[in-house]
Amino acid sequence: MRVTAKVNGVTRLADDVWPGESLLFVLRERMGLPGSKNACEQGECGSCTVYLDGVPVCACLVAAGQADGGEIMTVEGLAAADGELHPLQQAFIEAGAVQCGFCTPGLLVAAHDLLARQPDPADADIREALAGNLCRCTGYEQILAAVRTAADLMRPETGR
Amino acid sequence: MSRATQQPSQSVSGQPEGLIGTSARRPDGRLKVTGEFAYGSDLWMDDMIWGVTLRSPHPYAKIKSVSIGAALATGGVYAVLTAQDVPGDNAYGLEHADQPVLASGVVRYAGEPVALVAADHPEVARRAAGKIVVEYEPLDPVTDPVAALDPAAPRLHPGGNLVRHLKIRKGDPEPAAEVVVTGCYQVGMQDQAFLGPEAGLAVPDGNGGVDLYVSTQWLHVDQKQVCAALGLRPEQVRLTLAGVGGAFGGREDLSMHVHACLLALHTGKPVKMVYSREESFFGHVHRHPALISYEHGAGRDGKLVYVKAVIHLDGGAYASSTSAVVGNAGTMGAGPYVVPSVRIDVYGVYTNNPPCGAMRGFGSVQAAFGYEAQMDKLAAALGLDPVQFRCLNAMEMGSSGPTGQVIDSPAPVAELLRRVERMPLPAAGSGGSGGSAGSGGDLRQLPGGVGNTTHGEGVVRGVGYAVGYKNVGFSEGYDDYSTARVRLENVAGEPVVSVHTAAAEVGQGLVTIEQQICRTELGVGQVVVVPKDTGVGSAGSTSASRQTYVTGGAVKHACELVRERLFTLVRLRLELPGAELVLADNLVWLRTGDDGAGAGPAGLIGDFLGDEVIEETVQWRHRKTWPVDPQTGQGFAHVQYAFAAHRAVVDVDLELGLVKVVALDCAQDVGKALNPQAVVGQIQGGSAQGLGLAVMEEIQVRDGMIKNPSFTDYLIPTILDVPPMRIDVLEYQDPHAPYGVRGVGEPPTISSGPAIVAALRAATGLELNRVPVRPHDITGT
Ligand code: FES
Ligand code: FES
Repeated sequence: MRVTAKVNGVTRLADDVWPGESLLFVLRERMGLPGSKNACEQGECGSCTVYLDGVPVCACLVAAGQADGGEIMTVEGLAAADGELHPLQQAFIEAGAVQCGFCTPGLLVAAHDLLARQPDPADADIREALAGNLCRCTGYEQILAAVRTAADLMRPETGR
Repeated sequence: MSRATQQPSQSVSGQPEGLIGTSARRPDGRLKVTGEFAYGSDLWMDDMIWGVTLRSPHPYAKIKSVSIGAALATGGVYAVLTAQDVPGDNAYGLEHADQPVLASGVVRYAGEPVALVAADHPEVARRAAGKIVVEYEPLDPVTDPVAALDPAAPRLHPGGNLVRHLKIRKGDPEPAAEVVVTGCYQVGMQDQAFLGPEAGLAVPDGNGGVDLYVSTQWLHVDQKQVCAALGLRPEQVRLTLAGVGGAFGGREDLSMHVHACLLALHTGKPVKMVYSREESFFGHVHRHPALISYEHGAGRDGKLVYVKAVIHLDGGAYASSTSAVVGNAGTMGAGPYVVPSVRIDVYGVYTNNPPCGAMRGFGSVQAAFGYEAQMDKLAAALGLDPVQFRCLNAMEMGSSGPTGQVIDSPAPVAELLRRVERMPLPAAGSGGSGGSAGSGGDLRQLPGGVGNTTHGEGVVRGVGYAVGYKNVGFSEGYDDYSTARVRLENVAGEPVVSVHTAAAEVGQGLVTIEQQICRTELGVGQVVVVPKDTGVGSAGSTSASRQTYVTGGAVKHACELVRERLFTLVRLRLELPGAELVLADNLVWLRTGDDGAGAGPAGLIGDFLGDEVIEETVQWRHRKTWPVDPQTGQGFAHVQYAFAAHRAVVDVDLELGLVKVVALDCAQDVGKALNPQAVVGQIQGGSAQGLGLAVMEEIQVRDGMIKNPSFTDYLIPTILDVPPMRIDVLEYQDPHAPYGVRGVGEPPTISSGPAIVAALRAATGLELNRVPVRPHDITGT
C-alpha cells in the first residue's frame, strides 16, 4: 500500500508498505527519517515519540496506514529551517542531558509537548510528562535540568 | 587579560575553550539532538538486505538435524546459513574461545544462535527463519551453579563446569573474634538494557574481505574474533564504530558481528542486522547472578578481625569474561576496609542459564551487596553507628588489601562516608513519611505514585549507607594499552588537531575528553575526532572505567610528542635553541623568567607550522600488574582503585511492599574531573543502575528460560523511580595516572544499591538478603 503524510512540513510518500509496518518503520526505513528511535517496539520506552496530528504518540504502536494523510512532526523537525536549534535542543546539549543520545529524540518531542501545554512546569510535572521515556545513561537529573532551562529560555520575558 | 606581561592561561582566558577541567560540550551533541547521529540501527545502503537469527528454544539439547530447504525457497530470501557455513573457527570468546558462532551438534542455552537468514525485508527474513526445521533432542539443563560443580553433574564443556576458582588467603587461617555475624545473600541477574539495540551493517568489499560498521565497546577484540571465525586476515576485516546507544558491558562480547559478515560475504550484498528488544535479551551477556555467604568477625573495639566468604557466580553457558568477574569479586570481596585475615573462595561456573559477563561494576557489585549488609549487621551487633563503624575500619592510602596490595594513592573511604552523612536530608513528607505526607498531598511523591495506593498511611522512612570500590583498567597482568594518533597541521590557514583512536564512544563522552586533552596540550582550539575504526591500533575496551585513564593517557602522550616536534621547529626559527615554550590560545609563548613568570607571545602556532604536518602515533600503557598467586590470591593485581559512597533515603509502604527512593546522594573521588558535568552525569547514571538492581531489575530465569525479555516485564527505572541525586565530587589526584584521573563510571553502580537496601532494612526491620527486593519480600506474602 501507499502511505502519504506531511512530515515536518514536507509531503512524503512511501510505496510497497506492508500492512504490518508501523509508522516508526515507515519513517525510519522508507522515508529516510531515522531520527526517531526504536528501542522496544512495544510502547514502553518512548524513544519513538513523534507528533501525529498534534498529539505525541509512540510511532512504534501506530500502524503506518493509520498515519496516512496525517501530519507528523519528528525530532528532525524541531530545529529551525536555518539550522538554529530549538531551545530544548540547545538546553539538552548544555545541561549534559545527552549521553548516548538514544533516548534524546523521544524525550525532546515529549518535553516539547509538555512546554507547549505548561510553559512553567514544576519538577513533578516534568517527571510526570517524561515518565514514558526511558533513559539508561543519565539517571534523569540532567534531563530535568535541561527541561527547566529550556522553559526559562522559552518564556516570553527571557526567551528567544 | 590585564597584566602587561601576559601569562598564557589555560583556565581563565577561555581561548580556546574546552580545556580539561571544564564542562566542554560534546562534539556529537548537535547531531544527537537533531536526530542525525547514525547509530548502528540507522545505517542504510541502497542495495542492503536484512539478516535475522534463528535461536534455540531449549536451554540444553542435542541438534539432530537442521533443514533449511523451505526457508531458502522463500521468495525474497538470499541466504540461509548454519554452522557448516562458518569458514573459520566456529568458536569465539573474550577469555576462552568456547562459544560457537552458530550452534553445531548441541545448544547450551535458550537463545543460542543456530541459523541465519538474509532477505530483502526483515519480516520476510523472520518468516523464512520460522520455516527452518531444527530437530532437537532436549536434555536436562544444569541450572544451579552450586550443583553444577558436583562431579556427577553433566559436563557442559570438555574441561568441566568450573570456569575459575579464586582463592584469597591472607593472615591467620584460623581467626577468632569476639563478635561474629554471618549471612547469605543472593543477587539476581541484571541486564544492561542499553537503549540502542545490537546493530550493524556488513559490506562485502568484492575481494573476499568485509567492512563492518557496528555498535560495540572494543573494535579490535571484535576484529580478532571475526577474523578467526571467517578465516580472514585482519587487513581483510575492517571495523568502524557505528553510533552506540549505551553499552554498560553488554557490548564487550560479539553479537551480530560474525553473522552479518557471513551473510554479506555469502550474498555479496551489504547486510544489516538489528536486534529487537526481545532478541537483545538473548543477544548479549548479563550481570552474573550470585550466591554469597559471608562470615565477619570483629573485636569489641569495633575493629574487623576477619572476613570469610564463598561466592558462586553463575556464568551461564559460555565463559565470556567470567574469569575476570571472579577476579574482581574475590580480590575486592572484603570491601574497602582493613581486614587482617581474609579467606575468600569465588567460583565462576558454567550452567545452561543465559551467558553472563561484563556489566558495570563487574564482580564488585555482587560482592558489595554481601559485605555491606554484613557491615550493617556487625555495626548493630557492636552497638555502633553504621557510618562510624565503617569509618573505623575504612581503607586509606597505605592500607593493605586482601591481596596484600598496598593502596598507593588516595583512598578517602571515611571522608566519602562522612560527606554523604553530612548532606541535608530530605524533609519528612517530601516523599510521605510516617503518615505525615498529607501536607504535600502529592501522590507522585509516594510509594505507588498515582496508582493511589496510599496517602501516606502505612508508609515508613529509612536511611541507609554504603561504600564500595572497584579496580580501574584491566588487571592481573593483562597487557592493557591504548593507541593514539595525533596530527597537527594547518587547514585553510588555521591550525587543526586531529585525534584518531579506536576507543569506543558509547555515550560516556570520551570524544569530548579527547578533544579537551588535545586543546590543553597543544593550545589549539579546533580539534577533530577522527571516526573510530581499526585503521589505528587498539585502544582496548571501553570498560573497566578505563578509557579516560588509558586512552586519555595515550592521547596526552601523543600530544606531548607532537608538541616537542613543534617546539624544535619554533626554536630553529627563533634561533633560540634553549627557549622554554608553552602553547595556549593558538599561540606559541616564550617564557623569559626562570619561574616562567614573564612570558610573551612568540607568534601564532599556525605561522610556525606553515606547511608542516606533525603526526605521532603512540602506544601507551598504564603501570604493570601481576597475576595473583593461585594458592593465596596474593599479588599486585590492580592498577588503580576507585571509591564511592552513597546515602539512600526510602519510603516504604509496609502493607503493599511498594518502595519509593526519596533521595540517593553520592560522594565519589575521581582524582581529577576532566569534564565535571560528564563526571556528574556518569555518577548519576551509574547510581540509577544500582537503584534498578536494588528494587526492580531482574531477568527471571526458570529452568534456563528467560521469562521476561521485554521492557514490559523487565523494568528499568523511569524518571519517576529515580530521585534527586546530590553528587559530591572529590579530586584527590592519583600520582600514577595522567592528570591524576581515577576511573569514574563504575563505582556509583556498586554502592548505590547496597545503600538503598540498607535503607529498606532500616525502614522495615527485615533482613532482605536478596536483590532486587520485591514487594512480597517486604510484605512477606
Ligand atoms: S520503540 Fe516505541 S515506545 Fe519503545
Ligand atoms: S542518553 Fe543514553 S539512553 Fe538516554
